[in-house]
Amino acid sequence: MTIRSIVLTQITEVAAEHDKQLAPLTDSLPLLDSGLDSLCLAVIVARLEDELGTDPFSSADNDTFPVTIGDLVAMYESVAA
Amino acid sequence: MLIHTARQLPTALALLKLDGAVRRMALAPPDLTSAQLDAAIVQAGIDTLITDDLAPRAGVQVVPCSSDLCPRLDRPQALFDTEWVLFTSGTTGAPKLVSHTLPGLIGPIGAASGGAVWSTFYDVRRYGGLQILLRALLGGGSMVLSDIAEGVGTFLARAGAAGVTHISGTPSHWRRVLISGHAARIDPAYVRLSGEIADQAVLDRLRAAYPAARISHAFASTEAGVAFDVTDGLAGFPAAWVGAGGPVELRVAGDTLRIRSARTATAYLGAAASLADADGFVDTGDIVTLRGDRYHFLGRVGGVINVGGQKVHPEEVEAALHAHPAVLAARVRARSSPITGAIVAADVVVEGPADEALCGAIKAACRAQLAPHKVPALLRIVPALDVLPSGKLARLNA
Repeated sequence: MTIRSIVLTQITEVAAEHDKQLAPLTDSLPLLDSGLDSLCLAVIVARLEDELGTDPFSSADNDTFPVTIGDLVAMYESVAA
Repeated sequence: MLIHTARQLPTALALLKLDGAVRRMALAPPDLTSAQLDAAIVQAGIDTLITDDLAPRAGVQVVPCSSDLCPRLDRPQALFDTEWVLFTSGTTGAPKLVSHTLPGLIGPIGAASGGAVWSTFYDVRRYGGLQILLRALLGGGSMVLSDIAEGVGTFLARAGAAGVTHISGTPSHWRRVLISGHAARIDPAYVRLSGEIADQAVLDRLRAAYPAARISHAFASTEAGVAFDVTDGLAGFPAAWVGAGGPVELRVAGDTLRIRSARTATAYLGAAASLADADGFVDTGDIVTLRGDRYHFLGRVGGVINVGGQKVHPEEVEAALHAHPAVLAARVRARSSPITGAIVAADVVVEGPADEALCGAIKAACRAQLAPHKVPALLRIVPALDVLPSGKLARLNA
């Protein structure tokens, strides 16, 4: 699986667990409009840390917060690269 | 004096000799470190160490703990109203030294149960274990001591062979019994839980394992003493007990249970903190909430997980996990999160095959009972959960 598909799978699974209606996932979709709340995002980040062994939010060389789904995917792709 | 022995029995024999013969008698738990022992010697003004470790120690006379301990004091009459000093379980930070009187310690003990064979998973040098030792001594019964190094199956076999009728432990101790597959090695008439929250699942499972036993959960702590026993098989306790008066008075203030009785400890030794408030109530630090006509315990002050500003009591989530039939034991902990500060993570011991489907079913059961921020975001199936020497679940903060 690619990093992108792993991230998108987690988003879909967590949204389903939390009964959240997800907007169609595109790179330009703002996280705030995606249907995910901050609890969902926290869960996604923790599960991705377990799955990928990395948490780009906590790494020192990353001080920008992702705004869109595409930003979030890119964050994981950059630390995994 | 401070009694510090490797095994429980020498301490039990020494305290029988020393009560009434010394001003103050401290019972050291087995897991006390050397530094904690030194601190306790200063805090409690100890001049004599009764011990099986004869290495010299600064500031005290070292006396071997043996059967001829103070033979002259076999004992026409008491010289002192001896203070009994116990160590708190120290789940958070260093143990505190708590002073009791013998009348206070035996206050909760009712009429003798003739022919009882007592046992406890607690060490008798802790409040919970000492309560059982005193019951055995006062009632003329006998007692089977546990050993922390002994496996639960071996202990249960030994207790069963000795015909144990009355046995106590924490809910964590009892979950270990139920998990071990050896629960049937004992056939007790009386099963007692104390020291942690007894949730409905552990009460129901003990009822199923020991259908003929009286099952009772007590609220007790080293500081507050035994406050009450709940015998109706239901978690929590009747709300009508709060403010009802009697020898043990209960009050709920600032969400925590407070207790005033002659059974509470008299003071912390060597500490500035006072044990009781201006009205004489001891704050247990246990948070309670009213549901219907009962109060239920939610957790400890200071144990709260903060998920994006919303409070989660680990014990409340553990109770929801325990309600699932496949979950034999659960521990809930905080996991740090860059988004919400913390999220809820859980480790569970399960019965049967541990697979994705079971994890999903357990999480779904939690979602049906709990607010979304309380549902474990991460659920891990583990082979076993650690229990501290105090009998309480080992809590860790990730």
